[in-house]
Amino acid sequence: MTAPRIVRVAGGQGFWGDSLDAPRQQVENGPVDYLMLDYLAEVTMSILQKQKERDPAMGYARDFVGAMESVLDAVVTRGVKVIANAGGVNPEACAAAVLAMAASRGAAGKLKIGVITGDNLLPRIDELIAAGHELRNMDTGEPLSLVRDRVIAANAYIGSTPIVEALARGANVVIVGRSTDTALTMAPLRHEFGWGATDWNQLAAGIIAGHIIECGAQCSGGNCLYDWRSIERLEDVGYPIVEAQADGTFVVTKHAGTGGRVSVPTVSEQLVYEMGDPHSYITPDVVADFTSIQLTADGTDRVRVHGIVGRPATDKLKVSIAYRAGYKAVGSLVYAWPDALEKAHAAERILRARLDRLGLKFEHILSEFVGANATHGPLAGPDAGKDAPEVQFRIGVRDADRKKVERFTREIAPLVLNGPPSVTGFAGGRPKVEEIVAYWPALVDKTVVTTHVEVVS
Amino acid sequence: MKVRLLDIAHARSGDKGDTANVGVIALKPEWYPVLAKHLTLDRVVSHFRDVIEGGVERYELPNLRALNFLLHGALDGGGTLSLKTDAQGKVYSTAMLRLVLDVPDAEARAAGLPAWNGK
Repeated sequence: MTAPRIVRVAGGQGFWGDSLDAPRQQVENGPVDYLMLDYLAEVTMSILQKQKERDPAMGYARDFVGAMESVLDAVVTRGVKVIANAGGVNPEACAAAVLAMAASRGAAGKLKIGVITGDNLLPRIDELIAAGHELRNMDTGEPLSLVRDRVIAANAYIGSTPIVEALARGANVVIVGRSTDTALTMAPLRHEFGWGATDWNQLAAGIIAGHIIECGAQCSGGNCLYDWRSIERLEDVGYPIVEAQADGTFVVTKHAGTGGRVSVPTVSEQLVYEMGDPHSYITPDVVADFTSIQLTADGTDRVRVHGIVGRPATDKLKVSIAYRAGYKAVGSLVYAWPDALEKAHAAERILRARLDRLGLKFEHILSEFVGANATHGPLAGPDAGKDAPEVQFRIGVRDADRKKVERFTREIAPLVLNGPPSVTGFAGGRPKVEEIVAYWPALVDKTVVTTHVEVVS
Repeated sequence: MKVRLLDIAHARSGDKGDTANVGVIALKPEWYPVLAKHLTLDRVVSHFRDVIEGGVERYELPNLRALNFLLHGALDGGGTLSLKTDAQGKVYSTAMLRLVLDVPDAEARAAGLPAWNGK
């Protein structure tokens, strides 16, 4: 009997800003077939949209060009393929930058980049609203027309199909804009094993494999509460690898010799991360049932995942919309023992009284006392922060009027000289006013979104 | 017998808009039935009553020996709107694990649960 065929997908980036070394380590420390890089969080598209407005050649995750440079040899000489949602709002420009980098490294003509577009709905919003697509906020139920004039980005989360098409057309790098994070892992498995569009259990297994590795090392020992002290060498943490088989079963592991840990508890923690209704994890390709997942320890740093059940997908796609939602600023001061918490409370009272006298009323104001209540609030108990060596007073405001928020930022520093004693920690200077770009999740009919695949080299 | 959740479970939390999710996983498989029976919706609603503004949903995942709770109105508006230190609900996990369950003595002894003697 021959051993079942294994396809290895390595997770090398959990968000834009994750370890710069992880992609290279994933392709150099052991065998992998695909490198999956997830760059996009919910508000990343709006940041990229702003960058593209300033410079039409921008609007993608620029870290990706460096990541591609660091793995170029593995792609060119060993046939490792890369799949990334680094395209942001400008996948074509991202591909051009990668091709230019490859040419400068003597690898001209060695990359075939699949570029996937069609997720960007920003130019079509008015057309969609006019056609009766209200794009209601999934959390609040409000129609998008309420904030239409402040919308700066709108992207449909697309599924695995266009990525599979790009791979079938010979791409060794696939750049997507706003795909689901999980499709980046499921698509290569679907391509390799020839899973059909109605092989629900296998598709669901691919999605769950994606969910496990989409946050990088968060499934391989990072941010793991279970027995955390015993998880060794996180400075050399191994990012996760999925070893999948045609029937949809897979093993989560990491390269030998790396730090961290892959165990039933580390994988379980990642499975419940950002979970909603576990019976229905909805994606464009399939609805996965997290209550079907079976985990079995399978040797050192190996967890076998099996038994996964999926159901037909819905007829909707989720749309990630970003809109301008006013301004905010957060300032802080640190008060030292003795009576640190009491001094911080006094500072808060004084500051709020001064804001009142200035006639400054904000849409929202929030005080926290770091060292006493910032993370667990009243659950920390009545004695929390008492006799603490120091307490940080942290106060934030939010308002549509930028001027009011600016004025607030001038009121923190004076407390150093004219407020309660034993104060420090203001070296960072005046708080910065930040424009808020908020997230508006909505649904749209699948029939509205047409994706396009182009392979460039 | 009083049993602190921290001593019988681990947890991870995350965000979806203004909702925090907390997945609670039994430290030992044989402790999952205790969680499923005693970590009720009402207990969690009451635990977080002064912390969150919305309701709570509860789901069971016996396959992972886990429960999943959705805490609505937990993140001061959520995402970039939030002014909280924990705007993404990352540490609601350990806030949950402060919860102390009352488990009948016989049941607690049979399951080998560690007793909680704190306040």
